[in-house]
Amino acid sequence: MTAKDFVGEVGDASAQLRADLDQPVAAGRNPARARSSWLLTVFMLICVGYFLLPLFWLLVASTKSNADLFSSFGLWFAEFNLFENIRTVLTTQDGVFITWAINSLIYAVVSAVGASFLATAAGYAFAKYDFPGDTAIFAIILGAVMVPSAALTVPTYLLFARAGLTDTYWAIILPSLATPFGVYLMRVYAADAVDSALIEAARVDGVGELRIFFTVAFRLLLPGSITVLLFSLVATWNNYFLPLIMLNSEDKIPLTVGLALWQSTAAAGSGSQALFSTIITGSLLSIVPLVIAFLLLQRYWQSGLATGGVKA
Amino acid sequence: MSTAVDAAPAVAATAPRRTRITASKRRQWGAAYTLVLPFFVIFVAMIVVPLVYAGYLSFFRKRLIGGTSFAGFENYAKALTDPLFLSGVGRMAIFLVIQVPIMLALALFFALALDSGTMKLAKFSRLAIFVPYAVPGVVATLMWGYLYGPDFGPFAQITRELGLGPPPFLTRTGMLFSIMNIVNWEFIGYNMIIIYAALRSLPAELYEAARVDGASEVRIATSIKIPAVRPALLLTVIFSVIGTFQLFTEPQLMRTLAPTVIGTAYTPNLYAYNIAFVNQDANYAAAIAFLLGIVIVIVSYIVQLSAQRRERRS
Repeated sequence: MTAKDFVGEVGDASAQLRADLDQPVAAGRNPARARSSWLLTVFMLICVGYFLLPLFWLLVASTKSNADLFSSFGLWFAEFNLFENIRTVLTTQDGVFITWAINSLIYAVVSAVGASFLATAAGYAFAKYDFPGDTAIFAIILGAVMVPSAALTVPTYLLFARAGLTDTYWAIILPSLATPFGVYLMRVYAADAVDSALIEAARVDGVGELRIFFTVAFRLLLPGSITVLLFSLVATWNNYFLPLIMLNSEDKIPLTVGLALWQSTAAAGSGSQALFSTIITGSLLSIVPLVIAFLLLQRYWQSGLATGGVKA
Repeated sequence: MSTAVDAAPAVAATAPRRTRITASKRRQWGAAYTLVLPFFVIFVAMIVVPLVYAGYLSFFRKRLIGGTSFAGFENYAKALTDPLFLSGVGRMAIFLVIQVPIMLALALFFALALDSGTMKLAKFSRLAIFVPYAVPGVVATLMWGYLYGPDFGPFAQITRELGLGPPPFLTRTGMLFSIMNIVNWEFIGYNMIIIYAALRSLPAELYEAARVDGASEVRIATSIKIPAVRPALLLTVIFSVIGTFQLFTEPQLMRTLAPTVIGTAYTPNLYAYNIAFVNQDANYAAAIAFLLGIVIVIVSYIVQLSAQRRERRS
């Protein structure tokens, strides 16, 4: 549990306590408050319904055969066909879906681990060292947060084409490693998370500067690093524009481009209508890993985001 | 040289100490550069160089006869009078003015509601609203595309039962709003979490006194909490500006459902893509990409400036 989570949980507890304490004192206002909470809860649950609706539809549609998909009501179940659909997804075109999933995994994991490590090292250096040019370099990096990545994609493609890097794994991984916002986030995080006195103490003990980073600071920076890692993971896993441009070979594309490819084939008609239930089930399979990762690592990304938002 | 010799005796006493400090400082500098360098190399190669290259390309033109030649600002002049490019930018401006305020107002409202402690199922609601962020834009667009469908979409099924025509989701007037809805669905939760995290880290003393004095939760939210999370709000506005002008995935995929409604220049980014890969005109595409970047930086700057001005006034 991180310090920020702890504060959050204490906050929850004290809010509860405050509500309890309010009961006898402000008895006159109690009904009003209770009603507003009831109204708010109902309203919020309606909104939650909106956010869950497409996912519910996706889940329902994944259980239907292609014929039922078009003949039954969209938001309720028909004959249960999920396992048959999954089998079709995994075997269509000699199991190309599995290749795409592995590609997505490689792109996302390598990019996220790399980007997070680079951002952690740089952010720590900017937070804990005074060195010639630090403010200027940091200002340039911060300015780049505003450079739209989409504006860079076409020129990056042209450069990579010259270097013969298009249609390789590097074409996706290298551009995904540069996360200026990650450096900014890690700088803010490192300023609080690593006590300068601790670094000084290690220094007095004769520990080398880089060893201080790897053995002392890194562990303290981990919650922040995981935040950057998780958000780079999502950004790369969900990226569509970059791989669409960079990759030609069907055995190198990630899930997003693959699903879009199936979709355009299916939409174009020409007897490939049977693909629809496959696309839908494939979509469901493609979102499961990230949703699980986010749910499992909640406490990290929430505390990490607090750092970025508060001090921005 | 002679002055150095003259000064030497005076300096002698402090010199060893100073060199020792410098040695330690130099070691620290070395470590700092070593830690920054890997990121910086990637940063220069993947952001600075493509940016400079795009700028360079934008000043040239390629003709079938005569090859590549310097064109000055010709590509920019062409872009600034190109109705396709301008209509795309205009469409994104409409998008920005309608979609971003709706998205951020709802994100702020949800964050305040969750933070107020006056609702049940807060944790479940928070996760449910955030979960679309983990869904790729491609999948989000596919799902909504099916839901919007005029033949087999559930909304069309319902309106047909009621004896009405299909809902106008994929028509010329409806499309922009349909895409706005997809983007809202994807990003309200993300923005909510940023604001919520900021609210969570406010010290309770900040509004404790107001609560004791009998201020309502609404009053506490508008007078104390919202001003206190202004930096986080600014961050969400800037990110939304950047995101809006880069819109690509959603319109590109909706195009397969409604090719007559969404043209090749529906958004500036879609236009740049089509110029570069369909028309094979890298120079003009670079100019468009560069102009788009400039538009984004200007709009972000205006947002920041007006936020600062408001802060100074209050």
